Amino acid sequence: MIEVKSLTKRFGTQLAVDDISFTAKKGEILGFLGPNGAGKSTTMRMITGFFPPTDGTVVIGGSDIQAQSIAARKKIGYLPENAPVYPDMEVFSYLDFCAEIRGFSGNKKTKRVSETLERCFLTNVKKQPINTLSKGYKQRVCFAQSILHDPEYLILDEPTDGLDPNQKHEVRQMILDMSATKAIIFSTHILDEVDAVCSRAMIISDGKVVADDTPDGLRRRSAFHGSVVMTVQGNNASAWDTLFTDIEGVKNVSVVDGDEKRATLRFFPENPEVPVVDRIIAATGQKGVTFSSVFVEQGRLDDVFRDITKTVEAT
Amino acid sequence: MQNGDFLRNIRIIMKREIAGYFGSPVAYVFIVIFLLLSGFFTFYISNFFEVGQADLKGFFQWHPWLFMFLVPAIAMRLWAEERRLGTIELLLTLPVSITEVVLGKLMAAWFFIGTALALTFPMVLSVLYLGNPDLGVIACGYIGSFLMAGTFLSVGSMTSALTRSQVVSFILAVVVCLYLILAGFAPVTAVLSGWAPVALVDLVSSTSVLTHFSSMARGVLDLRDVLYYLSVMLVMLFINGVVLQNRESA
Repeated sequence: MIEVKSLTKRFGTQLAVDDISFTAKKGEILGFLGPNGAGKSTTMRMITGFFPPTDGTVVIGGSDIQAQSIAARKKIGYLPENAPVYPDMEVFSYLDFCAEIRGFSGNKKTKRVSETLERCFLTNVKKQPINTLSKGYKQRVCFAQSILHDPEYLILDEPTDGLDPNQKHEVRQMILDMSATKAIIFSTHILDEVDAVCSRAMIISDGKVVADDTPDGLRRRSAFHGSVVMTVQGNNASAWDTLFTDIEGVKNVSVVDGDEKRATLRFFPENPEVPVVDRIIAATGQKGVTFSSVFVEQGRLDDVFRDITKTVEAT
Repeated sequence: MQNGDFLRNIRIIMKREIAGYFGSPVAYVFIVIFLLLSGFFTFYISNFFEVGQADLKGFFQWHPWLFMFLVPAIAMRLWAEERRLGTIELLLTLPVSITEVVLGKLMAAWFFIGTALALTFPMVLSVLYLGNPDLGVIACGYIGSFLMAGTFLSVGSMTSALTRSQVVSFILAVVVCLYLILAGFAPVTAVLSGWAPVALVDLVSSTSVLTHFSSMARGVLDLRDVLYYLSVMLVMLFINGVVLQNRESA
């Protein structure tokens, strides 16, 4: 378990991380979201022991990152932002060095390194100097380094940054595959990724945790969650929103956009958890309106993200 | 166990660093320049042949001045480069202590300079061929030179930790090394002794590598000289560690 206890970091007068507390258990994939400069990387750097916190502490599987730093660091695999790896080294020698410093030797070391090379699809470049590799490969080398010792806790700072869609998919798949036995914290800008991978998402803004929920739970916070979007045929100009005022369970209707031939309407239910789509469809039948599509909106993480981080900026 | 880990980690760090030195052209440029310059100074400035003495005084006397420039050039990348590339973030989150990394890096650089120094062996062969030198004095000179290189390296390692810029690191290290030399350089001490009390002049000159180096180059292996080098190194490396521990940026 990773326990983050009132972690605070001050750079001069600037408060970068402001009293963050949370825990991440094994089996959990925790997504860190937040605008640039929100304090995600700084938090991760304190969790991994790169920076000492101004206040508070982090306990990694029972070892305090400051008091028992080495013991705590042994349990962590860390992928820093921008994947910094020694450019002059060959992929193999770099991983060999990492394995050695992580305490492996002899046959065990050789096995570990070759397994990791294979797992991260690096076997065919293992004799290449890292600076001749593309960004995607560099990222994979750094990722390989972080999982080499099969750590219980993985801290990944933007692991899919700069990868193409296929590589992103591979990395996500690897994260998912490992999640059963590890606690994983990763930061990202890509909200789809949170949906695809995370079991829990945390939004950080201005150094504070402003939301901590499952991706579904976050989506429910959207104003559009549970609303029904319908494209209706015909030209009724401004009368659309008044036509459907009497449906039970529907709070109000708005016209999203429309022209002479069709219009898109959005029905807001009184309670987002009670389905109203069948009644809306029934109402169209009664009123003789034909529609070409209908769907129930789940709410978009982008909207929630923007809402949450903007209100923080405004206060 | 703890002790075993300590030495093991230093060795692993050192091994990686040494491979880095010999994998880059900088190393070979350094060695060639060092050998050329030390040869040039010995033969053309100190007039090795004309003096007609079977010793290496004319060879060792230039080492402080050569090392003043060449050693900071090796040391400047030790930490500044790691900070610039961001690799320091991975290095310092590995399960190794700062002491182990600082020592590992320093010893790798020291080993490298030691290699360069060892490659001056034709000088020794020359005096052996030409005359009947005192090999003890020569060995003592080499030990002194090696210790002085280590001292300058620790200075360079410390200044390298202070900055991301290798150029800034280099200049700072040269300035500190220049002080360490000049504090005991005869023309400077002469100016000082014109007005300062003798005790002060002695104090200043005792902080100089030159004072300790010249006695070693003469063949006097005094424990106090060795202690001087080791304590300067210890102080520099301690500052180096503190700087790294308290850094606020990558």
